[in-house]
Amino acid sequence: MFGLNKKDFSLLLIVAGLLLFAPFLLNPFPEGSAMAQFNGGYPDLMQRLVIFGIFAVGFNILFGLTGYLSFGHAAFLGVGSYAAIWMMKLLTMNVVPAIIMAVIFAGLFALVVGYISLRRSGIYFSILTLAFAQMSYALAYSVLTPITGGETGLQPKLADPRLLDGASDDGRIPQANLFGLDMGASYEMAVGPWLFTFNAGYYIAAAFMLLAFYIAIRIFRSPFGMMLRAIKSNQQRLNYTGLNARPYTLAAFVISGMYAGLAGGLLVAMDTQVGPERMFWTASGEVVLMTILGGAGTLIGPVLGAGVIKYMENIVSKINSTILHDWFAFLPDGIEDLLVTLIYPFVGKGWHLTLGIMFMLVVIFLPGGLVEGGQRIARLFGRGKKDEAAAETEAAKQQPPAE
Amino acid sequence: MSKSNFTRRGMLKTSAVAGGALAMPTIFDGSVWADGHTGFLNAPTGDTVTLGFNVPQSGPYADEGADELRAYELAVEHLNGGGDGGMMSTFSSKALQGNGILGKKVEYVTGDTQTKSDAARASAKSMIEKDGAIMITGGSSSGVAVAVQALCQEAGVIFMAGLTHSNDTTGKDKKANGFRHFFNSYMSGAALAPVLAANYGTDRKAYHLTADYNWGYTTEEAVRSSTEALGWETVNAVKTPLTQTDFSSYIAPVLQSGADVLVLNHYGGNMVNSLTNAVQFGLRDKLVNDKNFEIVVPLYSRLMAKGAGANVKGIFGSTNWHWSLTDEGSQAFVKSFGTKYGFPPSQAAHTCYVQALLYADAVERAGSFNPCAVVEALEGFEFDGMGNGKTLYRADDHQCFKDVLVVKGKENPTSEFDLLEIVEVTPVDQVTYAPDHPQMRDGNGNAVAVGTCNPGA
Repeated sequence: MFGLNKKDFSLLLIVAGLLLFAPFLLNPFPEGSAMAQFNGGYPDLMQRLVIFGIFAVGFNILFGLTGYLSFGHAAFLGVGSYAAIWMMKLLTMNVVPAIIMAVIFAGLFALVVGYISLRRSGIYFSILTLAFAQMSYALAYSVLTPITGGETGLQPKLADPRLLDGASDDGRIPQANLFGLDMGASYEMAVGPWLFTFNAGYYIAAAFMLLAFYIAIRIFRSPFGMMLRAIKSNQQRLNYTGLNARPYTLAAFVISGMYAGLAGGLLVAMDTQVGPERMFWTASGEVVLMTILGGAGTLIGPVLGAGVIKYMENIVSKINSTILHDWFAFLPDGIEDLLVTLIYPFVGKGWHLTLGIMFMLVVIFLPGGLVEGGQRIARLFGRGKKDEAAAETEAAKQQPPAE
Repeated sequence: MSKSNFTRRGMLKTSAVAGGALAMPTIFDGSVWADGHTGFLNAPTGDTVTLGFNVPQSGPYADEGADELRAYELAVEHLNGGGDGGMMSTFSSKALQGNGILGKKVEYVTGDTQTKSDAARASAKSMIEKDGAIMITGGSSSGVAVAVQALCQEAGVIFMAGLTHSNDTTGKDKKANGFRHFFNSYMSGAALAPVLAANYGTDRKAYHLTADYNWGYTTEEAVRSSTEALGWETVNAVKTPLTQTDFSSYIAPVLQSGADVLVLNHYGGNMVNSLTNAVQFGLRDKLVNDKNFEIVVPLYSRLMAKGAGANVKGIFGSTNWHWSLTDEGSQAFVKSFGTKYGFPPSQAAHTCYVQALLYADAVERAGSFNPCAVVEALEGFEFDGMGNGKTLYRADDHQCFKDVLVVKGKENPTSEFDLLEIVEVTPVDQVTYAPDHPQMRDGNGNAVAVGTCNPGA
């Protein structure tokens, strides 16, 4: 269906199911319980998981298929975000023009950066993209302050023209919306002690995610995707057959740049502000981590990786010593203090440490990323094809191994 | 079984668009609005109230963030009736009883801003959406403060800014739901200029090195315009990249320029490095235009002074508050902070502690957690006993107006905390400006209004 074979279609269905039921899946613990700390089912985090999922899926089209490792993809995320916020400031708070312009501008910028950077390969390519990203960051942070707002970033202001919206009457800045549907609008459903939040913005981002994922599957399975894989396996041999690889790599670069732009545009649609840190080199590094953590070259891997990293950043970093003391309050004082002292360096401000250890473990023991972990578990239990994990695994198996 | 609550204002619009196809809002009927305890976002329903402390726990300002968090924890302790009560006893308003806020025990959640506006907003959002925080406070950078303040305005909670010195926070980016106790660049300039003129004369040529970002610009502008008003001449103003660690190449041209004062509009590590470079170049021993060459650092913090070590000796700057102040409030705060943590508080800790107390007090006086009621209680609120003398929360821009300290690097420090000495306490009248002062206007030169409060729901 939709031009997909059965396995891919079931993978798409799984992703659709995960996206649809995320508010339930991410809120497994009842409100008010100690474990509620680990609930991630609030709108902002769900939106972020999906948006960075799109970013990582796009990055994987370049890195997973062609093997070109870009260290500067956050620049496209940033360009998309700035384009989107300017559309909101100039035209309308409706997210449609913002997202369209984000994709277009990121694509154009990717064309320029790709055209220059793809003249080199390997580490030189990576460094070139990194240089471009850092230049973009520096421009946004200071040189282009009139356009980018510098350090303080850009937000919609009351005085913005917003040609299509008309003046706001109540002295409040209108919310980002989709033809009147407020991105922040949420429906809260209380089921017993559980509280599930369904957020309009999240479902719009999820729809884009599904579309982006579908396009990614089609690219992976297309002759174009095959060509990209050929470039990854041996570009020299490809050249000897008389084939110029650069148009293909450039196309892949621009497509992944457009994915990043879409993610940037969605970030603005969900949360109407942009700051230059979005383009800092660590942000580019993050998407590389997401892809490798989840499993480069696989379809679902980058999404998983993005989910894990954003979840850690938002949930684990918020566990402070008071919460730890609450958890272990039932233990005798000495043991309580000991446990808190032992765990504290790994949570709260130490969340990077936990992430680092996890990343190490994955890279050492599961070189194929979390997807390989899923594969191994599936193999262990020898489940049938209808099972979710197996379907993912099958899809993943068709990919070349990660680098 | 299942219960549905519509809590967000946008939902009303949505249901209208959907033709009322969803369901009927059940929570908004007149009687609940009337008593002032519901009808706004995250209205505390139980016997506790949650505050969100959003501070940098990693990144370049992690030290300041840690100190801010200590201050917040101390404030929570005092609000709940623990400890010695700190500044609650010296605070001129006596609304706080030490039984929490409006009888509700204060609880808090913490988050890491990473000194990035995206991360800070994500963390603040999770406090609002997940933990039900009714107020967000903290931060240690103007970019973060402006970003989080805008978020709180949109979401409908109060934002009590932590350490943010750029004019923009209560200037062109001011918001009805946002409040700042800390002073700003304009005040630094206005307080410093007379002291500089008195010590160095009115016939000086200044050379500015400015960190190339928003805070640097507003600080340079503030110091320039107030020193020029007193007769100084600005020879040159050079932007330095934020990532610069060695400023030698920027300092060499200073000597050829004929300037006899160097103003370092730098903060944090930038300032530590540029000041060290300038002193190493021997600038302070030079004689230019028959005058001793001088260096000025507009914004001091103790942590920076510590980093720069002996190089700060005799160098003027401004600060919001210093633990060596002898008024009752400062003494009470230093005592209870020192007793708990074993060292004196920084100005970041002071401003955050005060902000937490001011918020709690405003809620008590308003009799409601409703952000609009809190805004009303804070606007135009005059208080004393919080360490900076008589202070006004101005209604026009939600900026505190109070005396500003001009400090000098101490020649003979007695301890690692005793690095700055107070030269002058500039009276509040000298640092007050009109709400539509040119430095507070937006890019098009228009004055910005503070807008209307947003209660969320």
